[in-house]
Amino acid sequence: MTETAAAAVTETARPNRLREFWYYFRENRGAVIGLWVFAVFVFCAALGPWIAPHDPTQQFREYTLLPPAWQTGGSWEFILGTDPLGRDMLSRLIVGARYSFFVGVVVVSIAASGGILIGLIAGFSPTWLDAIIMRIMDIILAFPSLLLALVLVAILGPSLTNAMIAIAIVLQPHYVRLTRASVLSEKQKDYVTSARVAGAGLVRLMFVTVLPNCLAPIIVQGALSFSTAILDAAALGFLGMGAQPPTPEWGTMLAEAREFILRAWWVVTFPGLAILVTVLAINLMGDGLRDALDPKLKRS
Amino acid sequence: MLKYLASRLLTFIPTFIGVTLISFSFIRALPGDPIVVMAGERGLSEERYAELVKQFGFDRPVYVQFWEYLTGVLQGDLGNSFVTKKPVWDEFFALFPATLELSICAMIFAVALGLPAGVIAAVNRGKFFDRALMSTALVGYSMPIFWWALLLIIVFSGNLGWTPVSGRIDLVYYFPNATGFMLIDSLVSGQKGAFASAVRHLILPTIVLGTIPLAVIARQTRSAMLEVLGEDYIRTARAKGMPPGRINGIHALRNALIPVVTVIGLSVGTLLAGAILTETIFSWPGIGKWMVDSIFRRDYPVVQGGLLLIAVMVMIVNLTVDVLYGVINPKIRKR
Amino acid sequence: MSLLRIRNLSVDFATASGPFRAVDSVDIDVDTGEILAIVGESGSGKSVSMLALMGLLPWTATITADEMMFDGHDLSKLGPAARRRIVGKDLAMIFQEPMSSLNPCFTVGWQIKEALRFHLGLDRAARHARAIELFEQVGIPAPEKRLSAFPHQMSGGMNQRVMIAMAISCRPKLLIADEPTTALDVTIQAQILDLLTGLRKETGMGLVLITHDMGVVAETAERVSVQYAGQKIEEQPVADLFATPHHPYTAALLDALPERATEKKLPTIPGVVPGQFDRPAGCLFSPRCKFADALCRATPPKPQGRDLGLARCHYPLNTDERAAS
Repeated sequence: MTETAAAAVTETARPNRLREFWYYFRENRGAVIGLWVFAVFVFCAALGPWIAPHDPTQQFREYTLLPPAWQTGGSWEFILGTDPLGRDMLSRLIVGARYSFFVGVVVVSIAASGGILIGLIAGFSPTWLDAIIMRIMDIILAFPSLLLALVLVAILGPSLTNAMIAIAIVLQPHYVRLTRASVLSEKQKDYVTSARVAGAGLVRLMFVTVLPNCLAPIIVQGALSFSTAILDAAALGFLGMGAQPPTPEWGTMLAEAREFILRAWWVVTFPGLAILVTVLAINLMGDGLRDALDPKLKRS
Repeated sequence: MLKYLASRLLTFIPTFIGVTLISFSFIRALPGDPIVVMAGERGLSEERYAELVKQFGFDRPVYVQFWEYLTGVLQGDLGNSFVTKKPVWDEFFALFPATLELSICAMIFAVALGLPAGVIAAVNRGKFFDRALMSTALVGYSMPIFWWALLLIIVFSGNLGWTPVSGRIDLVYYFPNATGFMLIDSLVSGQKGAFASAVRHLILPTIVLGTIPLAVIARQTRSAMLEVLGEDYIRTARAKGMPPGRINGIHALRNALIPVVTVIGLSVGTLLAGAILTETIFSWPGIGKWMVDSIFRRDYPVVQGGLLLIAVMVMIVNLTVDVLYGVINPKIRKR
Repeated sequence: MSLLRIRNLSVDFATASGPFRAVDSVDIDVDTGEILAIVGESGSGKSVSMLALMGLLPWTATITADEMMFDGHDLSKLGPAARRRIVGKDLAMIFQEPMSSLNPCFTVGWQIKEALRFHLGLDRAARHARAIELFEQVGIPAPEKRLSAFPHQMSGGMNQRVMIAMAISCRPKLLIADEPTTALDVTIQAQILDLLTGLRKETGMGLVLITHDMGVVAETAERVSVQYAGQKIEEQPVADLFATPHHPYTAALLDALPERATEKKLPTIPGVVPGQFDRPAGCLFSPRCKFADALCRATPPKPQGRDLGLARCHYPLNTDERAAS
């Protein structure tokens, strides 16, 4: 294979990085599908209350537990049926998108910014400080994430905000480890030495010289923890420790629907399907990002 | 190898102290006075309150309290449950076999299906089989397992009536709790149908708990295999004229197993997190359900002690994985 | 009849940016007991043609050949199972990187005995005895002990000896050595080459030596085939090639040898081997050739006759006509 590798090196006009990224991303059909589904998800999150056919909290008392429109007894006014309190399922699902989206964005920004900062510090600090930071991360990682989040929410009080804080704390060590590992490998390279010789200060070295070269794995981790955050928040909601009723958060909706599981399949099926499809789309995108950003895995 | 083991053990100690410190400070970070919470609705007299403060040692400096807690933990004393008044340590180990049994079954399920799936996908890279397997794995990886559990209950318990909805065994069977593992106990008891009942109770929780590890193992095995299949020594094996089955199954898999074993070990933590949801949904009397119930009952000694013991379990598993890693990776073993 | 006879072999790789021809209609012949050297820069396709013969190329490669006769079998027409009975037994290959060419998870003894079991069907004791015998033959000290060693516990030179022992374990008729000394220390290189030529004398096997080192060629080879950008551009017996190279590229390669330098500064060949995106229309060497003219740049040359070393050149060097004119 040395022959083809040599051929690639002599390639005359290299496409620019963004173009190249898009070229590889587009080649992955799953990733493109994921991107489209994610776009729909973001659209629902942004415009939910305006595109939903009904108010998600309005109770149509005479239409409780109405099956979806295509089943006998269903009505086209409530396409996906109604829940035990007569609320429109479709509207609740559409409006629910914004909670999951919000959770993902907030958790990833808190966990990533904190984790990257601590990871950079650990990577550049003397051995003893590095060891202390990494031990603390080991300690957090020793607890199963959902259990730790559950206990943290129990301390802080059950609400969506506290659930997000708890999940961010639990996810943050992954960023620390990832950032530190890439900082340590980048630090060995000649361009860092040359920047140091040229007189770059520590802060400049950390954020301008090294950080941009560590970003690829962090971006991929960002996509993956976006989906983890949505799953964990839904799980907390399901256990009654996340968003509280009547918030149309998907996990909370599932918890409310649990007792009707054998009587009305649609109140259980649709919220979970919404979670699955969203998480799947984000993971598909994450895989596409990884393949496009990680030159090691690029096809020969 | 010994040196490697020793260095791993050395990092275990500070982590253990840190984990103890976290679960210790947890009870102090809780909103409200734990003694008032413990007394519950009835309330307390002034004298009784002072007595309890003294009994729990809340009047002494925090570092003394922590030292006593730490020494207590090392002697197996984690305090008593507010609700049942029984020692947390005893409760934990009475329920632990149920969680262990479920986790082992889930792990066997995940490895038995995930490993071959990953190998087959890697060998058929880019073909239909690979695509189908990996799409399925990604769906499994993205699965909200609490919903997955409900779906399986709707189909297999509700519509088909094949499996029971909750518990470990039908109530008509009764036999002494010898090992704590329902599969073994029911078999030993010799009662007709007891074993079958235990198996039927295990099926759905096993599938639910094993789904995410299964997906993770399949994906990891595939990518490890793909990496290994591009190595020079695989070319050597082919140059020796070895049949493809032997190259994939022995030369490549033996090397690919090294990262896969790590992933299997790491998913034990995921498994315990998943056990919280699975046990709650299937009313499985294990550690996960016990923890969730205790959190809702504000049974703080149980939450504190359970948190600590679970973290220690995860740490022990991680340590074992590290040692195992040394055993299966000759580059570390013989140094 | 020659041991190996390849006619019009081409290998194409499917890459992300279109097909790439790594080997372009190459002919190769090796007689029993002969040493053929294939010479060329990195990227000249010399390894690929041999990997194609062994059937070791990845699935992205497409191999076409009019004929791939080895020892009376046409390898291109054999099924995978029949091919495996020949590859590793009568036709063996060793590689450039001894450290990564051995499986790190198994002892070298296990790896060598495996081949003995599959191809020769020896029993346990016979396998062990043969493995020790082989280790002695390739000059590994304390063979009994070394059999249970893992590759990472031995040096590169020792590992290459293990590779050679493994390759000759079934007494092959042809051994292909793909830059067997490139990754080794200079002092070890000579030992390995001596070992290979010695084994050739002992066993009478043919040897194909792939290298980019003209010094190695001069010392060991009997016949030399020069490859450039996937094409065979010249082939001659070793003495004739060094005396009268016909292709300008061969001449330039020889001029770049330190032993032959006449000036203070070592002459070099400007530029690099053309890749996927800058393949010239005419002669592939024309962009780097100091003799190239309009004809060279427009029309790809055909090989000349045997007397001119099959040189793929419009204006071969060292011809009587040129000397006359």
